[in-house]
Formats: sequence, C-alpha cells, structure tokens
Amino acid sequence: MTIGWYLAISAIVFALGAAGVMVRRNPLVVLLCLELMLNGANLSLIAFSRMWGNGAGQIFAIVVMTVAACEVCIGLGMIVAIYRRRLPIDVDELRELQG
Amino acid sequence: MSTLLFFIAGIGAIAGAVGVVVLRDPFYAVLALVAHLLSLSLLFLLLRSEFVAAVQVVVYAGAVMVLYVFVVAYVGGREEPVGELLRGRTPAGATLRLGAAVLGGALLIELLIALLGTGLKAVSGYGASYTPGPHAFGTPAYIGWLLLSKFLLVFEAASFLLLVAAVGGVVLARRRAGLDDESSREVLTPLDLIRPKRTGTMVEGVGGISYAHVLAREESESEHESEPESEPPGEPVGAATEEGW
Repeated sequence: MTIGWYLAISAIVFALGAAGVMVRRNPLVVLLCLELMLNGANLSLIAFSRMWGNGAGQIFAIVVMTVAACEVCIGLGMIVAIYRRRLPIDVDELRELQG
Repeated sequence: MSTLLFFIAGIGAIAGAVGVVVLRDPFYAVLALVAHLLSLSLLFLLLRSEFVAAVQVVVYAGAVMVLYVFVVAYVGGREEPVGELLRGRTPAGATLRLGAAVLGGALLIELLIALLGTGLKAVSGYGASYTPGPHAFGTPAYIGWLLLSKFLLVFEAASFLLLVAAVGGVVLARRRAGLDDESSREVLTPLDLIRPKRTGTMVEGVGGISYAHVLAREESESEHESEPESEPPGEPVGAATEEGW
C-alpha cells in the first residue's frame, strides 16, 4: 500500500481521539483517548520515516512513547489520588484542581 | 499479501479507536485500546520498523495497559449512562458535546486534506528503497546506533523525563497522613530514623499494620471522642489510616 493510506488511517485515529477527549466524561477514558491521539501521530511519524528511509521518525516515535508512558504514570496517579479523596471521577464535576 | 494485512490491521486499528470512544465501560475501552495498539504494531511492521513494533507490543500494549487495567479495577470505572455520551446533563452541556463531535469531524476532514492533498509526490509512492540485512532500516541495531550517536541528547532527555515521572508518581500515590507512631509498631527499621513523620510508606499502603493495633487505637480514639465521625464497621484495614486527608 502507498504511504497515503497509512496517513489516512493516522488522521482517522487522531480525529477519533480528539473527539473522544472532548466528548467523554470519565477521566480514565479521556486518558485513553489521549493515547489514541499520540498513536495516530506515531503512525504518521513512522509512515514518513519509511517514506524518506530516514530513522529520525522512528526515534521520534519512541520518544513519543516515552512521553506517553510518563503521562499515563502522572495521570493515573492523579486519578487514584482523586478517588482516594472521594471526589467524583467526572470531568464535568471536577472543575478545579485545587485542594 | 501485504495489502490484505494492511486492510486487516487498518480496520482493526480504526475499530479499536471507535471502541475506545464509544464503549461505556472503561474496562472494555481499555481492551479496545489494546486491540488498537496490536493492530497498529502490525502496521508498523508493514512499514518495516520492526523495533518500534516490538516496543509497541511490549511496552505499550503490555506494561502501560496493565497499569490502566489496575487503575480501572481499583477505581471501579463508573459506567456513563446510555445516551449521556452526546446528551450531557444540561442543555448547554449537550450543545457543547455535539459541538465537540462536529469539531472532531472537521479536524478529520482538515487532516485528510492536509495529508493527502499535499504536494509531496512521495506520499503516493511505496517509500524509499529497502535492502534487508542485519543493519537495515528499522532493525534494533539501526535504532540503537541512531540512539547512541545522532540522538544521544534525546535519549538522555527521555531517560530524565522518565525519572521525573517516576518521582511524580510516587509523590502522587503516597499516603499523606495517618502514619502510626513508632510506639505502636512492632518492627522498627533503620528507615524510621531518617524518615520524616507523616510520610506514608508502602507498608501502610498495603495495610501492613497489624490489625490489633488499629483496633486498639480506634477504641482509644472513641473513648476520647477525638474524632468527630467514627469509622463504620467493616471498613478495610487501610481505611483506618485514611482520616485527616
């Protein structure tokens, strides 16, 4: 398949993730949709890397995975902290991140 | 053959992404994301980036998703009621949610125009020439050589970022108050000498305090009426240390 097909899939995945971040209310699912966006970007990076035969895109994708792992670590830690304070796990009701 | 694999993996990736956005139960959303990641790693393999595909399966679909499953099991992932995905509770919320969905569609159209309507001729090609070999494009040897020569600074910065995230995770997840004082502990470790008071430990986090001490303390507290509200019976052991947050 040509590179354009891969780019189309990456665009679809990215847009789905963006819509999910805005539509869903559970912070866990919002984090999952963030992962979707990162993966869409990763796929286009790898496709462009294949297109030029240049490894920089693959290194970029690995760094994006690192950043995603850090984001998961901090985000899930925050969700667990929110849960243990017995606050509602709902982005509509968590309007402020103070105290 | 590669065309068939591409369509299988592509449809799997998109179906997994739709499942993450649409499924109501967070646990099923996590499983859909795992399916999405596995399909995506197949796409990476088709793009001849073997190492990234392996990292995707091992690190992403393995480790990170296990973390998600643990947190979903711990928090107990509340299901969103049917229809609230787009309807929201208030009319303003419904409008905003519908607007968000429209915005997602607009983003998709814009991305497709930008990616496919580009002037790059190579987009409609099959990629650069590729010769298989032990040090070919995308092999672990190639990635390792790049990471340790051209992208060494990036490599170090990523490792530092991981360190910062690990420290942040520990700070977020620790127990803040309610550490039992040394007199009520059976075993004192050398760590007790250097540890400041009221920093929680992993032992408390998993309820390593013996239950007799907790019972004794609860009795003494109820005698002195020091607590405005008493713990209901039947709480787990760790819950006794959760007051004062």
